[in-house]
Amino acid sequence: MSPARPPEVARTAAPQGRADLANLGRLRRALFGDPLNALLSLGVMALLAWSLPALLRWAVLEAQFSPDVGACEALDHRGACWGVVAEKARFILLGRYPVEQAWCPILAALLIVGGWLGAASGRLPGAAVATGLLLPPLLACALLGGGFAGLEAVPTELWGGLPLTLLLTGAGLAGALPLGIAIAYGRRSSLPLLRALLTAGVELARGIPLVAALFMASFLLPLFFPEGGGLDMLWRVLIAIVLFAAAYLSEIVRGGLQAFPEGQRDAAAALGFDAWQTERWIVLPQVLRQVAPSLANSGIALFKDTSLVTVVSLYELTGSLGLALAGDAQWRPFYLEAWLFIAAIYWIGCSLIARLARLAARGAGPAPTPSVNAP
Amino acid sequence: MPGRRRSAWLAQALTLAAVLALAGLLAATTAGHLQERGIRSGFDFLLEPAGFALGESLLPFEPGDSTLRAFAAGLLNTLRVALPAAALALLIGIAAGFGRLADNPLLRGLATAFVTGVRNLPLLLHLLAWYFILTDLLPPGDAPLNPLPGVFLSKSGLALPWWGETGFEVPEPAGFGFEGGANLTPEYLALLIGLSIYSAAYIAETLRGAVQALPPGQRLSALALGMSARQTFLLVLLPQAWRAALPPVTSQLLNLLKNASLAVAIGYPDLVSVAGTSLNQTGRALECLSIVVAVYLALSLVAAAISHRLEARLFREQGQ
Repeated sequence: MSPARPPEVARTAAPQGRADLANLGRLRRALFGDPLNALLSLGVMALLAWSLPALLRWAVLEAQFSPDVGACEALDHRGACWGVVAEKARFILLGRYPVEQAWCPILAALLIVGGWLGAASGRLPGAAVATGLLLPPLLACALLGGGFAGLEAVPTELWGGLPLTLLLTGAGLAGALPLGIAIAYGRRSSLPLLRALLTAGVELARGIPLVAALFMASFLLPLFFPEGGGLDMLWRVLIAIVLFAAAYLSEIVRGGLQAFPEGQRDAAAALGFDAWQTERWIVLPQVLRQVAPSLANSGIALFKDTSLVTVVSLYELTGSLGLALAGDAQWRPFYLEAWLFIAAIYWIGCSLIARLARLAARGAGPAPTPSVNAP
Repeated sequence: MPGRRRSAWLAQALTLAAVLALAGLLAATTAGHLQERGIRSGFDFLLEPAGFALGESLLPFEPGDSTLRAFAAGLLNTLRVALPAAALALLIGIAAGFGRLADNPLLRGLATAFVTGVRNLPLLLHLLAWYFILTDLLPPGDAPLNPLPGVFLSKSGLALPWWGETGFEVPEPAGFGFEGGANLTPEYLALLIGLSIYSAAYIAETLRGAVQALPPGQRLSALALGMSARQTFLLVLLPQAWRAALPPVTSQLLNLLKNASLAVAIGYPDLVSVAGTSLNQTGRALECLSIVVAVYLALSLVAAAISHRLEARLFREQGQ
C-alpha cells in the first residue's frame, strides 16, 4: 500500500498508443508495484471473484420474482425472494393509510420532493426558495389529513411509510432552518442573558440522544399542555425533531457567521444599508451558501434519523417494514429482501439530498443583486 | 449611551420574565396533571424495588433490586457496548480511511464502496439487518457454528473463551446455550457490530478529509527530500493530519455513545431503554428523563475533558 500519490511528472503529449501503454504501466505499478500492494490487490480480487458470482446467483439467476410463498420457500434462501417486495410494497411504502385514498400520500410525497427540487434549482430568489421549503410540508399535512372536498378524514396514527418519512424530514427542515438561523443570531446578541439561555439550550439538545428527545415528546410534552389541548403524537414528535435539528443547524450557521469578514458589514454600512438590510442582502446569502455542504449533511442526517420515530410507534418507512413483516410468519423469513428494498430507497434519498445541495451551492452563482433600492 | 444600555437591560429583564413565566406555567400545568392522575413526584422511587427484569446486565440485577440499581445497570450496559464499539470503530475507520487514500485503485474502490454504502443508510436499518442475521439466519443453539476451537456462534449468540469464576474458561455446549467463558447475546452483538461499522465510515471520511486538507507543499517537499510515498504518508502527512482530525473524531465517538441509545429498538437494556421501562412502570416521566439527560451531559463533559487533555499533549509533544 502506498497511500500517497506519486508526484505528477510533466509530460509532453505522447502519441495515443504510447499514452495508453504509459497508463497501463501506471496501473500495473499501482496494483503490483511492491509486495504489500500486490498482496492487497490479490486479496481484493479474490474477494470479488468469490462474492460477485455468488451475489449474482442469489440476487438474479436463482431469484424468485413473483409473490409466490411456496416457490420462495422451495428456494430455501439459495436465491432471493423478491416476491416479498411485490407482495408488501404498498404496505411498506404507504403504511396503514386507507387504500381508497392512496393518491393523497403519493401526491404529498411528490409535493415535498418537488419543493426541494424547486428550492435547489438555484435560479430562484430567496423568497421562492423559502416557499419551496415551507409550503409543501403544510400542503402535505392537509392532503394526508383529508376531511375536505369529499375526502375522508384520516387520523395521524394511520399516516405512514415513505410519505411520513418525507414529511418528517421536510417539515423538520422547514421548521429547524429558520429557528436555527434565529438561534445563531441570538447567540451573537449583546444581551448576556439571552446568549446564556440559548447556549444552554443548544448544548442540552446536542448532548442528548434523539431517542431521549423522542421519549420526551412522547411522555413529557403531554404533561405540559392543558387538559383537552393535547397534540397527536405526530405533532409532538415533530416539535422534538424541529428543536433537535435547530440546535445542530444553529451551530453550523453560527460558525458561518463567525467566519464572515467584518469588512463587508462596514462596507454595507458605508453604502447606507441598515443593520437588517445588511444581514438580509449581504451576510445571510453568502453565509448560507458557504455552509450549504454542512447544512446538506444535517439534512441527510435528519432524513436518516426520522427512522427513529418507530420507537414511539410512528410507522414511517423503517417502522412500516417491521409492521409489514413482524406479524406475518409466511413472509417474515424473507425480511432481508424487503430490507434491501427500503435500503435502496434510503440510498436514493441520501444521494438526492446531497446532489440537490451541490446544485443549490453551484447554481446560486454570485450573490444576487438586492432588489431593494439601497438609500 | 445610557439610553441604549437601559433598553438592553429592559430587554434582558423581559426575556427573563418571559422564560420564567413560561416555566411557571408549564410547572403549574404539569403539577395539576400529576395531581389529577394521582401520580406522586420526586426521586423517592429510585430506592423502591424496580419490579422489572433486565434482558442482560453486567451488574447482577433482580426485579426486587432498587430502580437506582436498574439505572446503574443500564449505564454500565451502555458503556459495555459503547467502549468496545469505539475501539473497533477507530480500527476499522483508520483502515478504511487509509484505503480511501490508497494509490491502489482496487483498494480505493473497496473502501469507497464501504464508506458510501454505510453512510447512506440509517443506523437503525444497519442494526435491524444485523439483528435479523444473528437471530434468524444463524443455526440454532444446539447446532452452532464452530469457526474456531472454543468459539460458538448460533441464534443464542456468541460464546467464547474468557476469564470466569474458575479462571480462564472454554465454553461447553449445554442444551441450547453454553456454559463457561463469555456469552454475548445477539442484541449486544448486533449493537456492537452496527455501531462500530456505522461510526467507522464517518471516522474514515474524517481522516481522509484531514489528510487531503494538508497543504500540498508538505507532500511535495517530502518527496523532493527523497522520501518514498509510504514514508511521506506515515512520517509527514499522518502526524499532522491526526492532530487536525482529533476534535472531529472525538465528536464522532460521542455520537457513537449517543447512538448506543438505539439499543431500545432491538431490546438491549441500555440506559435510555431502562429509563423508558422505568417511566412506564412509575409514570415519573420528568424524573426518569432528567436522569438520562444528566448522565449524558456528564458523559459528554468527561469525553470533552479527555479530548482536551489529549489534544494539549499532542500539541506539546510536537512543540507547538
